[in-house]
Amino acid sequence: MRQFMKYFSASFLFISMVITSSIAIAADYKVGFIYIGPPGDHGWNYQHDVGRKAVDEAFGDKVETFFQENVPESADAERVMTQMALSGADMIFATSFGYMEPVLNVAKKFPKVKFEHATGYMTADNVSTYSARFYEGRTVAGHIAGKMTKSNTIGYVASYPIPEVVRGINSAYLAAKKANPNVEFKVIWIFTWYDPAKEADAAKTLISQGADVILQHVDSSAIMTVAEEAGVYAFGQASDMSAFGPNAHLTAIINGWAPYYVKKVKQGMDGTWKGAEQTFDGIGAGMVIIGPLSDKIPDSVKKEAMEIRDGIASGTLHSFTGPINKQDGSPWLKAGETADMGTLLGMNFYVEGIEGDIPQ
Amino acid sequence: MFKLIPRENVSPVLSLLGPLFSVGLTMIVGGILFYFLGVDPFAAIKMIFWDPLMSETFSTYSIPQIFIKGAPLILIALGLSVGFKANVWNIGAEGQYIMGAIFGASFALSLYPLESIVIFPAMILIGVIGGCLWSIIPAFLKVKFQVNEILVSLMLVYVAEQILALASLGFLRNPDGAGFPGSRNLNQYTSASNAEIIVGTGIHLGVLLSLLMVIFFYVLLFRHSLGFKIKLLGNSPKASGFSGDNSNKLIFLCLTLSGSLAGLAGIMEVAGPAGQINIDFNVGYGFTAIIVAFLGRLNPIGIFFAGIVMALTYVGGELTQFMLNLPAAAIQVFQGMLLFFLLSFDLFVHYKIKLKGNK
Repeated sequence: MRQFMKYFSASFLFISMVITSSIAIAADYKVGFIYIGPPGDHGWNYQHDVGRKAVDEAFGDKVETFFQENVPESADAERVMTQMALSGADMIFATSFGYMEPVLNVAKKFPKVKFEHATGYMTADNVSTYSARFYEGRTVAGHIAGKMTKSNTIGYVASYPIPEVVRGINSAYLAAKKANPNVEFKVIWIFTWYDPAKEADAAKTLISQGADVILQHVDSSAIMTVAEEAGVYAFGQASDMSAFGPNAHLTAIINGWAPYYVKKVKQGMDGTWKGAEQTFDGIGAGMVIIGPLSDKIPDSVKKEAMEIRDGIASGTLHSFTGPINKQDGSPWLKAGETADMGTLLGMNFYVEGIEGDIPQ
Repeated sequence: MFKLIPRENVSPVLSLLGPLFSVGLTMIVGGILFYFLGVDPFAAIKMIFWDPLMSETFSTYSIPQIFIKGAPLILIALGLSVGFKANVWNIGAEGQYIMGAIFGASFALSLYPLESIVIFPAMILIGVIGGCLWSIIPAFLKVKFQVNEILVSLMLVYVAEQILALASLGFLRNPDGAGFPGSRNLNQYTSASNAEIIVGTGIHLGVLLSLLMVIFFYVLLFRHSLGFKIKLLGNSPKASGFSGDNSNKLIFLCLTLSGSLAGLAGIMEVAGPAGQINIDFNVGYGFTAIIVAFLGRLNPIGIFFAGIVMALTYVGGELTQFMLNLPAAAIQVFQGMLLFFLLSFDLFVHYKIKLKGNK
């Protein structure tokens, strides 16, 4: 078969026969990244790429980083990571939830390569996971949204009904409700992380339903553009998006992966990296950053928002503090009780007051 | 200004040279594109077409991967080519591929954790039926009401995608999946796993079937009267009618045959390389297969080679992305050029261009 392939390709590819040079990579530590979308999305992937560049900067010639964009969460991811491992990668960051099983499969075949998987829940001897407590940022955003809305209707563009997204909706809702008891949430699920056209459509629908503040858990800046045109408010997702809506942009919940990536690559190089670890950091550790606040926000609200941020960072405040009931009215947290890790990581219910159903 | 005049004698040699020409021209124009993107064009072309097959680092892994990636393309393209020959345009193989996967996986997962050797063949059969049923809709509407099958089959792709989302979030969601979408992994269910048949390569039954189907379709098209009838329907519907063929039956057959093969590709993929039903299960094989069918000249042997070349551009294209920093979109443009140049070449093979005066 190989003889045959040799003949076949040679007949097609005479051009390449003259080239014998192969790609030589000089750096002694190689780190690969796979992204679910393009790093130019100014959102999720962009921030991971900011983290990758921070690794480049921190280690200079000693580390070489490379990435692959638009990797589907399917068998293709497994092939991409295998090829990366074959090309000599020492560490691979898989930056989307759906890479979980591919990561575990490839990790089994390459026990010496270290894998870091974002937002998953399965680990192995050479697989660690990391995720950010984005919901902490959404508590701050929810508070601002509750104070800024005049129609008392807040729109929420959600991607997939996974615990991370549900957690964000609940957290934002609780904070908004606390800031403004009349507030109502409208949620649209669009089943994609990145589709500017669908995101824009969802935002327009929400605006036509009376929403004057929009939160988003999808990656592009399309919603910000729509909000700017319609004269409503929105929040940047994953990175600062004020360039796309100078008047609409209230603040952004920024993902700060850079310190984590630099730390992990350093551990990988000096041999202190450990597998089967699960990191779940928030505002306190700098993995979630609240961007600059817009001038449109009154000073009193700014002050409250900063107090909430600092409270969460120092641990005196928790986004999910009882009393909280589930949507069906059954009690979840008693007064003063805070949510446990397990429930947060597997959250698949709305809290009381949110209308509609999580798609099942 | 220009006028296209059909050639009376179409050169069969030129017609066969089309795919080679388009691959060659794609390399040249693609190379220029890569150059302007700041990448050494020779290194990039070499990495796409040469390294997956020949490089010591990658070839052991990537040669079987090319066949795995090519298998669904070949299966679907074979089915489509039969219809295309008869002027029946099933553009919705992507939807039939999804439905095949959902039907088969639903059947297998409804029996979980029961183990039996009957499950695997039954699952494949039900997957094929799923794809077939999805293609019966455009077939029925076409035959009964003369509804355009291009539109119906294409629109049904989006319906199938919604059903896929529904399945991943609802009736097929893994109860042990911590609330995340997606079904159980069929690879962890022995009776339903489309496991590798050559250890360590990942080569699964679907790859073997894609090769067998190439032979089957070759016989069907060139050695069987049905193949002749199909070609006759495409070339001259009137003659086909005079010879007593029932064109509705042939149209129905063409659509359901391509739907069944897309369903087969779907169930092989979901039980094998993909492992589970998930929202992003489909990655466009149904559409890429259209390029493969044409690149292969609607000929089963040609489709085999076209599928392999297309798979090569995927596997090699991935290498160029992370080794040479080529953007993913550049590889997609590269793949698109293959069809573009082929179709333009065909135009010149089949037509003469005449300059018309302004009068």
